[in-house]
Amino acid sequence: MADEPAEQELLTLQASSRKKKKPKQDAYLGGVSDRKLKGQLRHTERLYKEANKAAATINQWLAPSEAGFVEAEGIEETWQIQQQQIVAAVEQGAARKAFDLSLPDLGPYRCTYSRAGRHMLLGGEKGHLAVMEWQSGHLTCEVQVKETTRDVTFLHSEQFFAAAQKKYVYIYDKRGLEVHCLRGHAAPEVLEFLPHHFLLSSIGEQGVLHYQDTSTGQVVATHRTRLGPCDVMRQNPHNAVLCCGHANGTVTMWTPNITTPVVKMLCHRGAVKALAVDPTGHQLVTAGVDRQVKVWDIRTFKPLHAYFANSPATSLDISQRGILAVGQGRRLQLWRDCLSSKAAAPYLTHMLPLGGISSLRFCPYEDVLGVGTAGGVSSVLVPGAGEPNFDSFVANPYASIKERREQEVAQLLDKLQPDTIMLDPDTVGKVLKEPVDVAAQRRQEEAAANAARLASQRDKADERAKMKGRNKPTRRQKKKQMNIIEDKKPLLQAKIQEEERARKEVAQEAKRQKLESVPRALHRLYQ
Amino acid sequence: MKVKVLNRNEEEFTRERAQDLKKVHRNYEPALHQFQRAHEYTRALNAAKLQKVFAKPFIAALTHSDGITCLARNPRILNSLLAGSADGDIRIWDIPVQRTLRRLKGHTGAVKGISFAPDGETCVSCSTDCSVRLWKVPFAPLEPGPVEAEEAPVFEFQGRNAFRAIDHHWREHLFATAGAAVEVWSHERSEPVNTFTWGADSVLSVKFNPAESDVFASTGGDRSIALYDLRSARPIRKLVMQTRTNAVAWNPMEAFNFTAASEDCNLYTYDMRKLQAAACVHKDFVSAVMDVDYSPTGREFVAGGYDRSVRIFNFNAGHSREVYHTKRMQRVFCVRFSGDGSYVFSGSDDMNVRVWKADASEQLGVTLPREKHKAAYNKALINRYKHMPEVKRIVRHRHVPVAIHKASKMRRIVQDSDKRKLQRRIQHSAPGAITVKPERKKKIVAELE
Repeated sequence: MADEPAEQELLTLQASSRKKKKPKQDAYLGGVSDRKLKGQLRHTERLYKEANKAAATINQWLAPSEAGFVEAEGIEETWQIQQQQIVAAVEQGAARKAFDLSLPDLGPYRCTYSRAGRHMLLGGEKGHLAVMEWQSGHLTCEVQVKETTRDVTFLHSEQFFAAAQKKYVYIYDKRGLEVHCLRGHAAPEVLEFLPHHFLLSSIGEQGVLHYQDTSTGQVVATHRTRLGPCDVMRQNPHNAVLCCGHANGTVTMWTPNITTPVVKMLCHRGAVKALAVDPTGHQLVTAGVDRQVKVWDIRTFKPLHAYFANSPATSLDISQRGILAVGQGRRLQLWRDCLSSKAAAPYLTHMLPLGGISSLRFCPYEDVLGVGTAGGVSSVLVPGAGEPNFDSFVANPYASIKERREQEVAQLLDKLQPDTIMLDPDTVGKVLKEPVDVAAQRRQEEAAANAARLASQRDKADERAKMKGRNKPTRRQKKKQMNIIEDKKPLLQAKIQEEERARKEVAQEAKRQKLESVPRALHRLYQ
Repeated sequence: MKVKVLNRNEEEFTRERAQDLKKVHRNYEPALHQFQRAHEYTRALNAAKLQKVFAKPFIAALTHSDGITCLARNPRILNSLLAGSADGDIRIWDIPVQRTLRRLKGHTGAVKGISFAPDGETCVSCSTDCSVRLWKVPFAPLEPGPVEAEEAPVFEFQGRNAFRAIDHHWREHLFATAGAAVEVWSHERSEPVNTFTWGADSVLSVKFNPAESDVFASTGGDRSIALYDLRSARPIRKLVMQTRTNAVAWNPMEAFNFTAASEDCNLYTYDMRKLQAAACVHKDFVSAVMDVDYSPTGREFVAGGYDRSVRIFNFNAGHSREVYHTKRMQRVFCVRFSGDGSYVFSGSDDMNVRVWKADASEQLGVTLPREKHKAAYNKALINRYKHMPEVKRIVRHRHVPVAIHKASKMRRIVQDSDKRKLQRRIQHSAPGAITVKPERKKKIVAELE
């Protein structure tokens, strides 16, 4: 009997706690005490809300295209659908996007796309570099550099590309002419270009991560990883941090500002074979020699899922819409919705006819995956991979020459400084409130350091002033010279005197002889 | 099997002819727009630097034959300015062309005040020769030919003492003069219609309220600011401060607010209804503030000081947003804002009226809508990131003459040490023994009715 009212109380308590608590309206104005500032912040917050609503409405109603998809009917599964079936089922314009370029002689190929997805860059390991507009089949340039080329990447536009050759990194322009040889990059194996910062980074056999600004040519940072040779490196598009996979199973993250890795994660038992980062910067996918493909949450650095395979995956890439491509030898698997939740089966599979997969890159804004294999380059259709609607001010595949030039200028004007690269990109512009005593102490330390530096400078200047004129090298030299002469002086003087005496005697003799030949009455004329 | 692969039709995304508009597509997905904050910060930094590069506020100097004592702007015509000098010479200037249109000769003493009638065609001027003259101000800006012609006054009012200031009513044909007392005159009568006295034996300045036309304020030699209403027979309120107020300006957008330029290097904004405390204290001058005038927008005002500088303040800001100075500009006695709020005029002791831009880095002339948008965007960016140290350093940086720099440093040191001493006294005395008056009430001595 006594239990019932207690039970009821418990139930009412639970019900009240389940009732939603309305959040305080001005919670974001928490630490601000200035009333004028509070008013201004409320106004801007209202403007942001309105702008967000407008942007969402535009995205919903004014988007010209919709994403691709493939749906299996009946008992068929999507991973049973062959690439040829897809190519046959789509319209002609889309079917032309799937092709195989057979290039059997010039080594495993690396294939990458420009930012707008219009140009494709292929680099064969035996030195074959080519840029083509892959949709029209028009070849922009082709060059044979006669050196081992391990990686290729476009720079800020399709006008320039960089190749990681045997010893150094070379930059070529769209005609295939070598423009720069960057000797700072030693034995590079992988290249990454950070488009917002104009930074070209490389890492290679020496395990040295090298950052260089391609707009000014300045070397920004060189970090020794001390983890041995590294050939797995990808950038995180959300915060421009470089993720490197090492032979001891760790993945390290680097920024140009700190000489030690910002994050070090032990991911696999054995070497890390491949890495890929989600375009939103939320997840990291790693593949190791232990035949596991693991998905990690990068914001909290916690493991999410692990997929097991019968052979290690050698290449990974994630598309704009979150489709993961996994390459194992000749077999290509595409997984959908596999990052935030664990997928039971792949979305699509494909066997590459030309050879083993050496690189995988999705084409931006297209449902296409570029596969670099040992025997050439293949373009595979992946419905639903690309973002259907591009933003003309970010990347425009249909840009005219004028638009491209203006975009280049705008990119350069907006170029970010390398010291803004940090794990949380929203820290820029944040006001961190420092407690008053901590701030005072910091200021004191700064003042003391400045005073010490000034004092040392003054001391140096005083020293220099004191020794001015006393340390002249010429004076020292003169002194040395003087000593030498001083030693030999008496000898020399004696010699000179001797010579003088001899000369005088000779002159006297000559005179006497002359006098003897002349009569005595004229002697006074000859003296 | 249902399949769809992205396939764009090139015609939809490109234009056929050069005359067609270029097609622009937007996608506001955050995944496509990374580093927004960092890009904005970079743009803000670049905008701050460019603002400094283009900051060239000085436009022209218009010369007189003696030091300028008063300025008046025509409320109807934007480019007309009247300037009165210490030798009794009044000139009508056409600012854009920088030439004198007319010289109004008549005064034998220094012209102490000029004011336009609301129709913009008549003006009144007062002088130390105990007379007030009414002039017709013709304006023919497109006339070439002889630059100056001398005019004679239409009417002359004779007073008993020297006049110190004059201001015209914003609606009717009345004007008020300041001398030994405040007198209200009408155009038709040769004797003052009304005389107000309240203790002070000398009244320094008088100003009518543009929004509430029957209200006006005067400042007296007894360190007071008196408020009057024409509809009542006596002055309504009087505020006594610690130092003398040189000039008063009413906010044209907020009828009850006025700003007083004081001898103690500060300006005080008061709400007419609550004179117990100042609404805002504006500090930055190092010497007496001689004149103040509001912008027609009511959002900022300009003040000229005895320390040879002209400062522009936001209406509610404690410190100036801009300071103008030149080696050749001596003591500034009068300042005015132009009718469109874009220019500032300063009349100083060195016989020049100077024309300055109100916004130093503004592009003059006709601007395209794109340029206007860019300028507004740059301003908004700087406003958003003005707390960041690098942006703050650039935006705050102003070159200031050595004398002013040193004087303000000295004032800072004195202020800091006074504050420290006060804090220590409070710390080491019984709680409640020492009362600290807030800054806005410190300089007020009494409020009388």
